[in-house]
Amino acid sequence: MEFIASILMSGISLGGQYALIAIGYTMVYGILRLINFAHGDVFMVAGMVLIYMVASVPWYISIPLAIIATILLGFVIERAAYLPLRSAPRMSVMISAIGVSYLLQNLMTYITAGQPMYYPDIPFLSDTVPVFGTETQWAKLITPVIVIVLIVALTQLINHTKIGMAMRAVSKDFETSRLMGIKINKVISVTFIIGSALAAVGSVLYFTNFSVIVPTSGALPGLRAFVAAVFGGIGSVPGAVVGAFVIGICESIIRGTSFATFSDAFTFALLIIILVVKPTGLFGEKITDKV
Amino acid sequence: MVNQKKNIKGTLISILCILVFMAAVAVLENLNLWVPASSLPKWLKPTSMLFTVLKKGAVYSLIAVSLNLLNGFTGLFSLGHAGFMLLGAYTYAILCTPSSVKDTVYYKYNGSSVNFSMQEFYQSFLGNETLSMILGVVTTMILAGLVAALFAFLIGLPVLRLKSDYLAIATLGFAEIVRALFQWEAPFWGRITNGANMIKGFPKFSDFNIENADGKVVFYMSTLFPFIVAAVCIAVMVLIIKSTYGRAFRAIRDDEIAAEAMGINLAKHKMMSFCTSAFFAGIGGVLYAMYSTTVQAKPFTSALTYELLLIVVIGGIGSVSGSCISSFLFVACSEWWLRFLDKETVIGGFKVPLLRDGFRMVVFSVVIMIIVLFFRKGIMGDKELPEVAGKIKNRIFRNGKKSKGEAEK
Repeated sequence: MEFIASILMSGISLGGQYALIAIGYTMVYGILRLINFAHGDVFMVAGMVLIYMVASVPWYISIPLAIIATILLGFVIERAAYLPLRSAPRMSVMISAIGVSYLLQNLMTYITAGQPMYYPDIPFLSDTVPVFGTETQWAKLITPVIVIVLIVALTQLINHTKIGMAMRAVSKDFETSRLMGIKINKVISVTFIIGSALAAVGSVLYFTNFSVIVPTSGALPGLRAFVAAVFGGIGSVPGAVVGAFVIGICESIIRGTSFATFSDAFTFALLIIILVVKPTGLFGEKITDKV
Repeated sequence: MVNQKKNIKGTLISILCILVFMAAVAVLENLNLWVPASSLPKWLKPTSMLFTVLKKGAVYSLIAVSLNLLNGFTGLFSLGHAGFMLLGAYTYAILCTPSSVKDTVYYKYNGSSVNFSMQEFYQSFLGNETLSMILGVVTTMILAGLVAALFAFLIGLPVLRLKSDYLAIATLGFAEIVRALFQWEAPFWGRITNGANMIKGFPKFSDFNIENADGKVVFYMSTLFPFIVAAVCIAVMVLIIKSTYGRAFRAIRDDEIAAEAMGINLAKHKMMSFCTSAFFAGIGGVLYAMYSTTVQAKPFTSALTYELLLIVVIGGIGSVSGSCISSFLFVACSEWWLRFLDKETVIGGFKVPLLRDGFRMVVFSVVIMIIVLFFRKGIMGDKELPEVAGKIKNRIFRNGKKSKGEAEK
């Protein structure tokens, strides 16, 4: 019972953390039809920035500052690496995203001098509490709450504000919405800002479970979150969240068995099965290619 | 007719160029046998970075061309190349590590289940050690390619129906699954793959040096060997690209629906391209194993595929010669020419800022980003070297007012 409770709890919190990253993937894909390979690395940079911030200012100032820095990073990446390729073939933009990911990893290796960085203990979040007879961190307990609050806020933003309406319009039809007078670049920037902010929050919650970060720490969580986004139907925010929880829970169940090596393999096998059986995912809309 | 003649001329010239280049590599490597060591410049010593770069460049150019065959010529955007390389490398390591070495390498699993090696198999009836090693390595190379192609076929059945970025992500997932599989620590499986530990002891490039009876090297082959393998494989790929199949591949890349309407069997040709590419990636994996002298699943991550993809992009998507040139440039820049950026330098009492470990890769990736963003065609675009050379020649002749003869032809 205790074992099941602890596995479920870590699965749900892991799922929540993946959900925060997956939203960034799914929103960008919905609007630009781009797999933003650099998103996992933005997530990693957010963790690194927090490490450097905590060294000089207290945690309650450094967390918001780290989130703002991540937002800036996401904004700059979009303006510098994706904006010049707006009319280029989709593959060029994807290659550019891969290039950005390569750049961010090398840059962080340079800044950290290749040393693994120790993630700070954040008061409260890193403290342990007894739940159902097991010890767990506050971060794991409050993750689902934070995720739900943020997602409710996000859906309100998408459904009931002007910019949200513009986002929906752009994701339906890029060209037409431009003709209707929507400022595409502004909408895309806002998408990247939201995605990066959520990734930054996710990184605080995710990395609290780990003692060190290295420049490649973001790659795998990023890919898993991407699988979650595909699973739920890429382009759909609720889909990404559901997918992320499924993937998170499955992962922590597999990690509890003797097949722990295969947790990532399982995730990717799930991806291939979903892509082959139902490429639009659980909640995705059917995209028809015009000739 | 004229066009065809020119093509033959261009082909002959390019074959000649490749042969001359390979001869130059062989001469450079063997200079230290013929010339006293003291008179050689530092960069020609056998331990120089030059030879490392040449070896790795040859290995990478084979893999980059195989990736280009898929991405550039068929338009199938695949990110699974690290997986195919891993399959090739492991096939080679398992089949070519001598059984005497295997006991120490597989000590965690009390020896290997595959207690023979290809070389020993040939030696049992041929007797000659050198010949059986070469035969063993070549057979295993082909086997490694076939294993990679077989897996490509199996994964291609479901996955090749997907389009563009979905295909990319599915093949990426495949590569990660293969990597996880080869890190599995189960006892029966570990006796074959050695779990997550490395396999070593198989023949590497330096084992191809020709030695005399005293064990002294009389002719260095360690740099030439990857060049020979890569040249043969790339030649085969060029022949495929030039054949009717290659034309069908390009038709699929340019417009799938039009290609299908012209009677090209999409599924068949896509599968063919995918398997061919995987086959040569498998052979590339063998060379990669020989280059790094050990095999472990760890380096075959998606980062390796990204690197190869960037090489293809820098060289020009859809250009074989571009991929080769950019492989050498990429390896030379990342391993050798930019090394000075990693050293702290003081010029006249002034310490140059920023220069320290890792700065090389930052500069390098910024350069890559600039190429990706502003020079999207890469070095060669989708043209080949003879074509570009011919254009440059024409331009020079025209400037010298000698274009009349050219025009009349």
